[in-house]
Amino acid sequence: MSEVSDDTTLAAGDGSDATTDLYGCIAGDSLGQTVLHPTREQYVDVIKTLADEGFTLVIDLCGVDYLQHMRRPLPAGVVPERFEVVVNLLDITHRRRIRVRVQVPDSDPTLPSLFDVHPGSEAYERETYDMFGVVFTDHPDMTRILMPEDWDGHPLRKDYAVGTIPVQFKGANS
Amino acid sequence: MTATDWTPSRAPAQTSEGAQEMTARSEMGPRELLREVGSVLRMSEAEAALLGDLPEDPDEDQTMIINMGPQHPSTHGVLRLMLELQGETVLRCKPIIGYLHTGMEKTGEQLTFMQGGTNVTRMDYLSPMANELVFSMATEKLLGIDGDIPERAVWMRMLLAELNRMSSHLLFMATNGMDLGAVSMMIYGWREREEVLRFFQRVTGLRMNHNFIRPGGLAADLPPGWRDDVLRLLDLIPERLEEYDILMTGQPIWRERLQGVGVITPDEALALGAVGPILRSTGVAWDLRRDMPYLRYDEMDFDVIVGTYGDAYDRYAIRLNEIRESMKIVRQILDRMPEGDFRIQDKKVTPPPRARIDESMEALIHHFKIFTEGFKVPEGEVYMGIESPRGEIGCYIASDGSPTPYRMHMRAPSFANIQCLPHMMRGGLVADAVAVISSVDPVLGDVDR
Repeated sequence: MSEVSDDTTLAAGDGSDATTDLYGCIAGDSLGQTVLHPTREQYVDVIKTLADEGFTLVIDLCGVDYLQHMRRPLPAGVVPERFEVVVNLLDITHRRRIRVRVQVPDSDPTLPSLFDVHPGSEAYERETYDMFGVVFTDHPDMTRILMPEDWDGHPLRKDYAVGTIPVQFKGANS
Repeated sequence: MTATDWTPSRAPAQTSEGAQEMTARSEMGPRELLREVGSVLRMSEAEAALLGDLPEDPDEDQTMIINMGPQHPSTHGVLRLMLELQGETVLRCKPIIGYLHTGMEKTGEQLTFMQGGTNVTRMDYLSPMANELVFSMATEKLLGIDGDIPERAVWMRMLLAELNRMSSHLLFMATNGMDLGAVSMMIYGWREREEVLRFFQRVTGLRMNHNFIRPGGLAADLPPGWRDDVLRLLDLIPERLEEYDILMTGQPIWRERLQGVGVITPDEALALGAVGPILRSTGVAWDLRRDMPYLRYDEMDFDVIVGTYGDAYDRYAIRLNEIRESMKIVRQILDRMPEGDFRIQDKKVTPPPRARIDESMEALIHHFKIFTEGFKVPEGEVYMGIESPRGEIGCYIASDGSPTPYRMHMRAPSFANIQCLPHMMRGGLVADAVAVISSVDPVLGDVDR
């Protein structure tokens, strides 16, 4: 345990984007917080390893659509894809946080579900599916959660337009 | 496999409203049963299927699927619960949300960091200060100014956050009382909350949706005489809390209605990602204010209230006592509130003071630019979590270097806590369902965002 937590502090130390290897995947640092960049194949295993290390709480899981910002800074070795699923984990025993960012390509927006490791991720995965169209395979109930069942498209994608309501007053922007 | 040719593992919809509907339990496969009862405890599918037969294997026509809500006085907004009942026993429950979804995360991508506060403050409308605070702190972290916030601003933020915790918990007292038939409690709770809101109105100009805590500090200084107002609050509320104790805490009917209802174990709560009073009611002492301190909570003397049984009564008692702890913190803040700036003197983030605009053209231009264009925030991503009255509220911001967040996601505490409902309700009565929803204290604006 001590060996691992030393590693974590080391990676979180200087605030630079130093690339290291943690838990078998590329790790970086973002404003003082350790960020892991597993591939899709490594994803569930890394989460499992982290759960064994004490990161037992999935505090947050969300998607990001990087369609208009593909050239974002990433540690060397990480291939940027359109979608990213971001998982924030919390270790309440050692009082630390870690973030996991997985690249999900546009051509095949699927990711294994965390449900078997952390049942609490269920609603977040449904939300990410609803908003971004990232399908979590093996999720027990992959349905829309916030939007109506018959809704078209995934609203938080960057190519999904923001709707406007016509303004009734003459000369105003509509 | 693409998104379009993927089909859900569950059976197609049996009702007219699509796949989100709950089907009868007899039509469920082992995987669904596992999800309902066993997944949290990591049971095998066989064990879960055994547990699923509660109280005894019912005939299909003996069970009934009913909707509770979305419009129901006890669902705290527009929450719909599908309940499968056998007689009055709840076999299964599925919360269905989204009726209040207003796309605030999408809106957040259209608004600048400067304007973002007006957006986030509307999410959890019972604790707007927590929303503003977490958004501001995440932005400040991205800007790299999180260490330079003036002392007075930090302490003012803490004061407002704690008073907001009090007002939120007071409203919980009111609605919890209302849900269980104690109508006088409802009136008392609203009355006391109103006192806190009156103070907020004096400070921010609004009762709710303040947009007062902003990146870089606060919108204004505290008004003259604020100390007397807070002292009056601190005098008034303790004796009212004593009244609550007399009215409810020791009262046999109240105890009967809450004790042993909606029980959740620490393992379940952790697996479901529940934090805040729900996790603390199971005996896990986890409070971000103490365990991962932000602002100046590490210098404060207060207790983290924990329960033992993880039932609705524990959650009630925790919130009641947290009001007392918050008052303890507010007292210390009153003693130690420093003088000085209420916002950072960084021209990039802070607009010039109103008086300067009348004198200086530069100030006017600066003011205009900062409110129309906003300020640029360096590229990067950040997650910031703080303890709101309902648990950890988190803000994840990805910035592409422009004045608008590229992605702003809120980790809403109620959204996570709602997931606990099916596990808390299983095997209880319909009348207990009301007590359970109430004890989770969901705010539907926070759930749906």
